[in-house]
Amino acid sequence: MTARVLVGVKRVIDYAVKIRVKPDNTGVVTDGVKHSMNPFCEIAVEEAVRLKEKKLVQEVVAVSCGPQQVQETIRTALAMGADRGIHVEVSGKDYDSLGPLQVSKILAALAKKEEASLIILGKQAIDDDCNQTGQMTAALLDWPQGTFASELVIEGDKVKVVREIDGGLETIKLNMPVVVTADLRLNTPRYATLPNIMKAKKKKIANMKPGDLGVDMTSRVEVLRVDEPPQRQAGVKVESVEDLVSKLKEAGRI
Amino acid sequence: MALQSLVNQARVALPASFFPSLLHKDPNGRCCSSAPIPRITSHYTIYSRDKDPRWEGVDMQRFVDEADVVIVGGGPAGLSAAIRLKQLANRHEKELRVCVVEKASQIGAHTLSGACLEPSALEELFPDWKERGAPLNTPVMEDRFAILTEKYRIPVPMLPGLPMNNHGNYIVRLGHLVRWLGEQAEELGVELYPGYAAAEVLFNEDGSVKGIATNDVGIAKDGSPKDVFERGMELHAKVTLFGEGCHGHLAKQLYKQFNLREGCEPQTYAIGLKEVGLDYTNPYLSPFREFQRWKHHPSISPILEGGSRIAYGARALNEGGFQSVPKLTFPGGALIGCSPGFMNVPKIKGTHTAMKSGMLAAEAIFSKLTDENLQSETTGLHVPEYEQNLKKSWIWKELHAVRNIRPSFHSYLGLYGGMLYTGVFYWILRGKEPWTLKHCGLDSAQLKPAKQCTPIEYPKPDGKISFDLLSSVALSGTNHEHDQPAHLTLKDDGVPVACNLATYDGPEQRFCPAGVYEFIPLESGEGMRLQINAQNCVHCKTCDIKDPSQNINWVVPEGSGGPAYNGM
Repeated sequence: MTARVLVGVKRVIDYAVKIRVKPDNTGVVTDGVKHSMNPFCEIAVEEAVRLKEKKLVQEVVAVSCGPQQVQETIRTALAMGADRGIHVEVSGKDYDSLGPLQVSKILAALAKKEEASLIILGKQAIDDDCNQTGQMTAALLDWPQGTFASELVIEGDKVKVVREIDGGLETIKLNMPVVVTADLRLNTPRYATLPNIMKAKKKKIANMKPGDLGVDMTSRVEVLRVDEPPQRQAGVKVESVEDLVSKLKEAGRI
Repeated sequence: MALQSLVNQARVALPASFFPSLLHKDPNGRCCSSAPIPRITSHYTIYSRDKDPRWEGVDMQRFVDEADVVIVGGGPAGLSAAIRLKQLANRHEKELRVCVVEKASQIGAHTLSGACLEPSALEELFPDWKERGAPLNTPVMEDRFAILTEKYRIPVPMLPGLPMNNHGNYIVRLGHLVRWLGEQAEELGVELYPGYAAAEVLFNEDGSVKGIATNDVGIAKDGSPKDVFERGMELHAKVTLFGEGCHGHLAKQLYKQFNLREGCEPQTYAIGLKEVGLDYTNPYLSPFREFQRWKHHPSISPILEGGSRIAYGARALNEGGFQSVPKLTFPGGALIGCSPGFMNVPKIKGTHTAMKSGMLAAEAIFSKLTDENLQSETTGLHVPEYEQNLKKSWIWKELHAVRNIRPSFHSYLGLYGGMLYTGVFYWILRGKEPWTLKHCGLDSAQLKPAKQCTPIEYPKPDGKISFDLLSSVALSGTNHEHDQPAHLTLKDDGVPVACNLATYDGPEQRFCPAGVYEFIPLESGEGMRLQINAQNCVHCKTCDIKDPSQNINWVVPEGSGGPAYNGM
């Protein structure tokens, strides 16, 4: 039986909230805005908890990197069934520039420290849509990766993953330890119900800093400017095909 | 889960039995026979699960936990009560478990107010509020009061002593203040549970209130259980405080259960957009579009020019004041805040009285809970001392003094009669006249049939100062899990078309500030049907209040659904 699963969870702005760009164009407004767990991370947590319920893994550890508020996200993972949490404290400028490179270095260090044999992450976060953390983590650890998983089966010391790819579905077999990233159809996450939230208060969340893991937080990426997408311009309706052709000629398109 | 619902636009195949044929009488006694009515409501409060074959064998057991006091609603009243309870407990070194359940995903997310706060109650709660960093950052410098005609503005002098005078008050973003109160409460040891709605009141065998149950999760749109179905939990308490804000849905049940509205007038309301009174008579009136029109008034639009719309929201508020306050206590519980309704209407302030009511309730409950010689007739404690103390407090003096101002605007002298009355009896005599004027009755009963009224031609929104409804609703950040029964339940699915549309031209399509109600043509081509876009709902409660047939019953949706206001 595999001992430990590490699940990464990210606190992001809730998908239904209307995003506003900060007046100084350095980013988006986050203060006081509703946040929740990244939907793909919810699916990752659900998968890990199901593996535990099937007695295929012994312990599920939820990890999140960020300021104090990410503890709420870790608590939600604990309420869904994770056993304990790790909060890697990142705040201020480091948090503003936190990206897949630093997170994957942290996860790699934690995986070694915790002796995890399976890491499940969401395929991407809905705020930056990077789709890089899982892949980078696997590369840093030199582990095989099963990304865009819509099915995950543990068979002894191997993992069978069905991947959603452009051409359809691809089934691969990987030797443990592995990194898997969850896609939409992997499962339907359970609700974090109130009794479980109450029980989760008793579960432990360990705090640590990136420095404790020997991770360098310098970013290689600098955000120059954030802008709203341009306002959608009104289209023009035409009555006939001739009209359309002449309009296209006018605009120099043909 | 969120993405799942976006992708899986489930089309439920409804069996033939979902299309009952109806033969019934409308309020005018006419028989309305209709073709098969598409089923709209599937909520279990209307269609019980006991007899529903889809629920056979489903485990309906609930997890139970006990607290000393449970508070429904994490707003100014609820949080003030929680804080006061813990302050007293800590001071007297007593253990007290206080739990607050709140339907919004985070404290403050469902709070909306024009908020000009009178800091009196806050001073009593936290004399050191400034040092603690309470977000009261904008003191009022000047007040201007005027009557707006179609094009002009008639200024009205702001004499000191008039209730609208705001010297010493602060403009606040109430959502942020509520969030701050939540932080203070947690520091004191209050257990806060945002994202969990109280859906049901629980009763002991002796009829006293036992506590509440939170909402079930995982029920599909057609009312059947999903794989992720889980029962809510039961939170039992010696006393349960209900601070659901204006027109709470559990309070509505409690009024009936304990007959709390005997002897008081029906509550009357306004919708805060801000403000359009809900006792209007013309069913063609749309509060949202009146608000858009108001922004274009020559004295208002210059203030707004150059600005951009970043947020939107709406909420009902109570305007009944003194005359409409119900009984406040019953065995096992009490009502606090805007739920019973302590808003000082001419002052347009209810936050300070809401907070004070919460504090008074906490003090009365604490005395009772720590009384060693307590002998209660019922398992749920009855705390009538709360109501008695409230009636001796400044809340009551304040509400009593201004009780006749709003009703005075309803005489045939209208606006000027009201102003004259206020000038004489409030400003000079401070409300000491011996009589108490009445309101006009239920807001829902005020609408005249559509054929007696003229449709109102509203100007098109210009996109700079005035806007269309749907883009505004998007800014409220409101969202609900789409695969759940609509929480805007209809007692009778046939009434909207047969009565509301037929007699009043469907006022719900106009008074809802979120575009939830739409009358669209039936697929068969003949006649209309009501479509309820429950996901748009911003939890304002206007529909439950203003529906002329009183057929709409707002119940709480799955917790954490609803608007995502930020400091509104």
